[in-house]
Amino acid sequence: MKDSLRVKRQGYIFGFVGSLILTMLAYLLVSSQSMSMGQLFNPAGLIVGLAIIAVVQLFVQLFFFLHLGQESRPRWNLLGFGFAAIVVIIVVVGSLWIMNNLNYNMMTPQAMDQYMRAQSQKGF
Amino acid sequence: MNALNEKNKLGFWLYLMTDCVLFASLFATYAVLRNNTFGGPSGAELFSLPFVLVETVILLTSSFVSGLLLLAAQAGNKKMALWWLASVIILGLSFLGMELYEFSNLIHEGNSWQRSGFLSAFFTLVGTHGLHILFGLVWAVLLFYLLAKKGLTNGVIKRLSLFGLFWHFLDIIWIFIFTFVYMIGAI
Repeated sequence: MKDSLRVKRQGYIFGFVGSLILTMLAYLLVSSQSMSMGQLFNPAGLIVGLAIIAVVQLFVQLFFFLHLGQESRPRWNLLGFGFAAIVVIIVVVGSLWIMNNLNYNMMTPQAMDQYMRAQSQKGF
Repeated sequence: MNALNEKNKLGFWLYLMTDCVLFASLFATYAVLRNNTFGGPSGAELFSLPFVLVETVILLTSSFVSGLLLLAAQAGNKKMALWWLASVIILGLSFLGMELYEFSNLIHEGNSWQRSGFLSAFFTLVGTHGLHILFGLVWAVLLFYLLAKKGLTNGVIKRLSLFGLFWHFLDIIWIFIFTFVYMIGAI
């Protein structure tokens, strides 16, 4: 009993330190970008990097704080989480996809003209 | 007893997952509206990164402390559990205070939710999280009273572990607000 509590405490400490490091990493990446010497990173790449850091932290906390996947079988909690994750991805990605498309279709003629020009300069 | 606890935990977990879907729709709304500033300020002009970092570290620490609270409760150490629970409440209050301070600053400068679509979505998303924190704090205060009065009975430990789940969950939601609203908004 005592031993298992010690193992659990180590888990919490590990999760806490890991989360702190990931949070600081995201913060330093962004603040170094906005402060000095122009742009260190390509903004699109930085956004992807930050998203990856957030998802890693999500799993660190799910595992060490919420103990997901460590319950006895059948793992209903994990199943519930998987289903929620699917719904979340559909809602977020689907909304962005649809609304960006809508923006594209609702462009003013001038904006459309400009957009086409920019596209043709890039080369198809 | 253990089987019953597992069932309780699963029920509460399913609630958390539906709450997750609620937050997903608010995140999607924010993501769609984030550039619709209507000539007003954007996130990059409004957000103070060091301020948000402090908020984040406070909430993360309180999440960690709620884990320690559960360990103390399982070890049967009532005094320690009360102490950790009080720390969670104080950290949660500081987080909520900072958030309200940020909101009142924004509103004073004329950047309330009426200013633009971006700000409406921002206040809805971050405000809903803050409301969850507020309810969590009310719950924590009630638990403090219950723990002080009844001691570490099975029922109290069960409630504490459900509260722990809720608090960890709110921290996870905050990570995504921190990343997708504040950090990416500042780029």
